Amino acid sequence: MAGWETVIGLECHVELSTRTKMFCGCRNEFGAPPNTNVCPVCLGQPGSLPVPNEEAIRRIVRIGLALDSEIAPHSLFHRKNYFYPDMPKNYQISQYDLPICVGGHLDVQLPSGEVKRVGITRVHMEEDTGKTSHVSASGRIHEAEHALVDYNRAGVPLVECVSEPDLRSPEEAAAYLRELRAILEALDVSDVRMEEGSLRCDANVSVRPAGSTELGTKVEIKNMNSIRSLERALVFERDRQIVALEAGQPLVQETRHWDEDSGSTKSMRSKEEAFDYRYFPEPDIPPIEPARAWVEELRASLPELPRARRERLGETLSAPELELEPAVIAGLLSSDRAETFIDVQRRSPEVGSRLIASFVLNEPEAAELSDVIVEILGFVHGERLSASKGKEVLEEVKGSGRSPVEIIDERDWWQVSDADALGAIADEVIAENPEVVEKFLAGKDAVIGFLVGQVVKKSGGSANPTLARQLLQERLSR
Amino acid sequence: MTAELCDAGAWELGAKLDIGEITAAEVIESCLARVEEVEERVRAFLTLTPEVARERAAELDVHRASGAPRSPVAGIPLALKDVLATKGIRTTCGSQILEEYVPPYDATAWARLSGEGGVLVGKTNCDEFAMGSSTENSAFGPVHNPWDLSRVPGGSSGGSAAAVAAGEVVWALGTDTGGSVRQPAALCGVVGMKPTYGLVSRYGLIAFASSLDTVGTFTRGVRDAALLLGAIAGKDPRDATSLDDGPGRDYVGTLEKGVDGMRFGVVQEAFGEGVEPGVRDAVRAAVERISAMGGRVDEVSLPHADYGLSAYYLIAPSEASSNLARYDGVRYGLRVPDASDSIEMMARTRGAGFGAEVKRRVMLGTYALSAGYYEAYYGQAQKVRTLIIRDYERAFADHDVLISPTSPTTAFTIGERADDPMAMYLSDVFTIPANLAGVPAITIPCGLDANRLPVGVQLTGPVLAEATVLRAAHALEADLALALRPPLLAA
Repeated sequence: MAGWETVIGLECHVELSTRTKMFCGCRNEFGAPPNTNVCPVCLGQPGSLPVPNEEAIRRIVRIGLALDSEIAPHSLFHRKNYFYPDMPKNYQISQYDLPICVGGHLDVQLPSGEVKRVGITRVHMEEDTGKTSHVSASGRIHEAEHALVDYNRAGVPLVECVSEPDLRSPEEAAAYLRELRAILEALDVSDVRMEEGSLRCDANVSVRPAGSTELGTKVEIKNMNSIRSLERALVFERDRQIVALEAGQPLVQETRHWDEDSGSTKSMRSKEEAFDYRYFPEPDIPPIEPARAWVEELRASLPELPRARRERLGETLSAPELELEPAVIAGLLSSDRAETFIDVQRRSPEVGSRLIASFVLNEPEAAELSDVIVEILGFVHGERLSASKGKEVLEEVKGSGRSPVEIIDERDWWQVSDADALGAIADEVIAENPEVVEKFLAGKDAVIGFLVGQVVKKSGGSANPTLARQLLQERLSR
Repeated sequence: MTAELCDAGAWELGAKLDIGEITAAEVIESCLARVEEVEERVRAFLTLTPEVARERAAELDVHRASGAPRSPVAGIPLALKDVLATKGIRTTCGSQILEEYVPPYDATAWARLSGEGGVLVGKTNCDEFAMGSSTENSAFGPVHNPWDLSRVPGGSSGGSAAAVAAGEVVWALGTDTGGSVRQPAALCGVVGMKPTYGLVSRYGLIAFASSLDTVGTFTRGVRDAALLLGAIAGKDPRDATSLDDGPGRDYVGTLEKGVDGMRFGVVQEAFGEGVEPGVRDAVRAAVERISAMGGRVDEVSLPHADYGLSAYYLIAPSEASSNLARYDGVRYGLRVPDASDSIEMMARTRGAGFGAEVKRRVMLGTYALSAGYYEAYYGQAQKVRTLIIRDYERAFADHDVLISPTSPTTAFTIGERADDPMAMYLSDVFTIPANLAGVPAITIPCGLDANRLPVGVQLTGPVLAEATVLRAAHALEADLALALRPPLLAA
């Protein structure tokens, strides 16, 4: 695949987690029984009218501000006309040439550590559609006897965020989507759950000879349900296009459907079959004209965004006295781990930073469990509990909600620091491993680690390894 | 047949209800008797609701007996054009596709009247989805003009106009997108008021062309128009395009102030070719009367109004093509069975459910919005609309009210223009500009032509100048003192 450059742009759809829908007072919730959150407006009953949800407008403006977009002083809703049974009006209220947020950019940290600035074309507001399920004995769509439509999702506020074609690899696309998701989480505007569809992503992908500045034939791929499937779909599609071009086969501009099971994309429709959406300004909704002062107020009240937080905390974590590896720092900076780390460290000043990092880094719920982590680290530091048992205790706390002390008591995991009891085990180990003892006595100091391990093992994992080593050394140097 | 309650004005009935001289039950019985007498010939209604009406009237009388104060609309029998949603009462839009449709909610205008004690007699016939100027485009047959049963009542709100003219109700609501209240009011010899766009909520008005649609009133006098408009006007949180109350909703208080010193502009383009002599003469005579009462009259030009018709027939069908997309058989209304997939089901349902004029306009609008044509058609029409708005702004810089005929002709015979869409479209040439500009306009009868058919004069004011328009219309009405009574009732 050398000699080719991949060009990717993403269109992400974000369902806002507002209390009510975009244009009516129906509740906006995932998973309610079918057609229970519906009314004349979101069912498109004759004569009903849409009234924009102010909270949704507030949220999209905040998203735009977080992406450094310009907030348009005058923007319009448009109607996008096409027929589909899950769209109650057979048009979607969306935006066209005058979106609320224009331009902007997102700084993405690539796996290499490099930071890449990805252009944002626009961020606009629209409404979601209902959901169709085809009913057939065989489970195959084309054999379906009838279709059922659930309109609970119809009219849910949807933000579309379109990137420039600035991404150059599937990995970059995945990093972009992760960063966008982190921002949306920080803004607390959406559940951003890809598996529930509250964050969805379509990709435009093309390839061109390396060094070329012209764009190749663009293919849109849809139906990626996770960041992983986005990355897989892009890899597949990139390779498919390169193979075709290298074989001298021209590409067609088309929309392709990602199939998770087969791991491939399939053609849905070509450019010739593309819809003419007949956009025109939505006459039922006056222009959206946010007051400058209000926008500035929202700008001033934005929370600290992931990148700024990373920069701020990254400096703290990079302090040489912490002795943290770059990979550990990068791990801690994801989501809220860095803050948890700093919090735990402040509360456990005597504990080594690497030990703290090893607990926080591997625990997705570290923030919620910080009290427990502080308690367990206290035991480990006091040599009353081994680090590995400490992690098991943490797992058990999560599963059962019981206290660490209860669990350690019940499992009898307190480290044995009783020299008499451990001394007896040390004697046994020495008696059972004469060859190893010989090697040690011959000057191979390192083999003592094996003997320490045997003592810990015989004690059922509860032996304090430091004490065990000390006792073994005493005995062997006699 | 004199002095029947159903022939009285709402303000007059209100005064008698207030002092207990009559009861709401007597008023509704009078209207229902008139319906019984003439409806078979007029065919104004698609659905009658006599039981609901009687029940409501009885409740009101009980309520009244308790001494509670009465709203001006309480106990007054009314009709609603069948494009206004009524909860639990079928609402057809004059279309096969909604023949069985029963809305789950009330239109705001109706909810306001109902909440104040309005008594619904029924839902009136109209051109399918309000597209037409004769009510002949109804899927359920034409309405007959009470002035001459062989003639159309105008349209699209022909049923509401005819019902008011015939005394089947005291007043009625219609909708006016390009003249659909004013033109039938003129042709039936009643008062028709189209308010400023947004003054009356469109919630529950089943959309034809959303940027032009208004709810308007049919009454037999200007005072009633002021009363009825006051009851339905005002901001509605369910309609984002509805306006704040503006200068206030008391349209009755200023009615008697006369026209002395008011500045009237006679629209010079509205007296040319195509205007029947009988119409021209009656309107000219009305202008003379205004002048005689002290109104300052001169000529005014709306240079772009001539393009209004073309712009309207691009904008309205474009919006309609989108508004009517929802009638697909999926959620409500007609569904043609046995289609092989959902897209075929939708196509066949729409093919079977819509009439010829609706299909014509949906196709026209779909074409006008299509990629490559949008700028030349829809875009251009919007520019014309802007020019017409400026024409009005210029005219209202030194005029309070503009005068023109409402319709170039009086009522034409049923079938006469049915096969000639262009001739039909020209019926609205003088009413359309007010819709494009969103300004208020009223039509009142100003005489009869040689065939003894009513002629309407249209008074137009600037945005939210309803009080001014009503005041001028009231003065002219009083001065003309026409005692119009359709021959149907005189017999």
